[in-house]
Amino acid sequence: MSNGIVHWFRFASPQSFYPLAGKMAPWFAALAGLLGAAGLWIAFFVAPTDAQQGESYRIIFVHVPAAWMSMFLYVVMAAWAGLGLVLNTRLSSMMAHAIAPTGAMFAFLALWTGALWGRPTWGTYWVWDARLTSELVLFFLYLGYMSLNAAIDDPRRGDRASAVLALVGVLNVPIIYFSVQWWNTLHQGASVSLVRAPSMAATMLTGMLVMALAFWMYSIAAALARVRAIMLEREAHMQWTQQLPEAVT
Amino acid sequence: MSSVSATAAFRGIVRRDLRLAARRKSEPLFTLGFFVLVASLFPLGVGPEPELLRRIAPGVLWVAALLASMLALGRMLSADYEDGTLEQTVLAPVPLQLTVCAKVLAHWLLSGLPLVLVSPLLALQYGLPADVIAHLALSLLIGTPALSLIGAIAASLTLGVRGAGVLIALLVLPLYVPTLVFGAGAVDAVLAGLSPSGNLSLLGAVLILTLLFAPPAAAAAIRISLE
Repeated sequence: MSNGIVHWFRFASPQSFYPLAGKMAPWFAALAGLLGAAGLWIAFFVAPTDAQQGESYRIIFVHVPAAWMSMFLYVVMAAWAGLGLVLNTRLSSMMAHAIAPTGAMFAFLALWTGALWGRPTWGTYWVWDARLTSELVLFFLYLGYMSLNAAIDDPRRGDRASAVLALVGVLNVPIIYFSVQWWNTLHQGASVSLVRAPSMAATMLTGMLVMALAFWMYSIAAALARVRAIMLEREAHMQWTQQLPEAVT
Repeated sequence: MSSVSATAAFRGIVRRDLRLAARRKSEPLFTLGFFVLVASLFPLGVGPEPELLRRIAPGVLWVAALLASMLALGRMLSADYEDGTLEQTVLAPVPLQLTVCAKVLAHWLLSGLPLVLVSPLLALQYGLPADVIAHLALSLLIGTPALSLIGAIAASLTLGVRGAGVLIALLVLPLYVPTLVFGAGAVDAVLAGLSPSGNLSLLGAVLILTLLFAPPAAAAAIRISLE
């Protein structure tokens, strides 16, 4: 920390990142709680009832942000994994592993809420529709990543092998998406588009964006908490873990 | 032996794999048998109505071919990995990507090409008309090499891993989705009296992309597995 410059690379080492992650995680968790409460309040009390779908549309406030996060987290995970592969930094690969279960959870949440939403609007829990199907494939990609990682005993080899898989997957996700879209489409068009004016009430958009932010904060908090556990598990034999205050007592 | 030429090495690997398969004929025949069995089970499951069978034939035959090709992936590299041949091949003064391409080509000749050749016979069982049969074989001819190439990545990632067989399936099936969609889509289009050229072009694009990206990815994965 000489001459006032923060040495960011210092935090690339698990030893110095562990306490920082411990300090940051509760703040992100608190933000997630606050934003989530605000988002749900907008969702249930502020947003107007939809003219066609009635009250059942309100699940959109969970469904759409969860689907966004599941796709976004796959890219973030692949980026960390790729960084770990190229720079050979231990922490990057650990971050990738820490993100994967959260991403899979959001993919599952998007599928589940999609099924619940499909029942009143389409009349069935499941349709082989393009977006639902590609979300399902994304869920399988997460499962493949996690099981490859779990099947390899040597953590360094597991890191690198699953990084290759994540990079192959991230190249494939758009191809899978478009192939499935080509195959069948029944889903309503994208709810929010960057190129044209939003086709929904401004309050609904605000609610969705607030919920997306809440999920974002939750993902950061969960990833930080999980990466701390991974660090302890992998580096249990190192001196710094044995000198931690919680280990000494 | 530093002057070993790349083409000679390529040809050598392909010839070696083919000869090994010729000495143990049961393994390539097993892939083919699986394809025929799965395709014959479907009529027993869904009933013998010709109209229904004709309707589902493109998808069923494509999925059966995809599963048969996937089943053979476990053998692509694992024997070489266990007896140390793979390690020697990596050390050889030949680019590893080229070795991967040779292994994939041998694997395709042994497990993909037989599927393409037998598919017209199975298509006849399902009562498909002649032009649909031709397009089924054509789509499999373009699609199965892509399946082998994608499979090479999964096969090299799971070398020496516990429960590699099931793991390969979990890794590779999501990645097979575009190939399956375009391949079966092309045959479906002909069956519906439409032009299959869009689907076939996209299938060709998938093949070109995998040809470009799969060998380096598989080579990286082999290096990781051998560390």
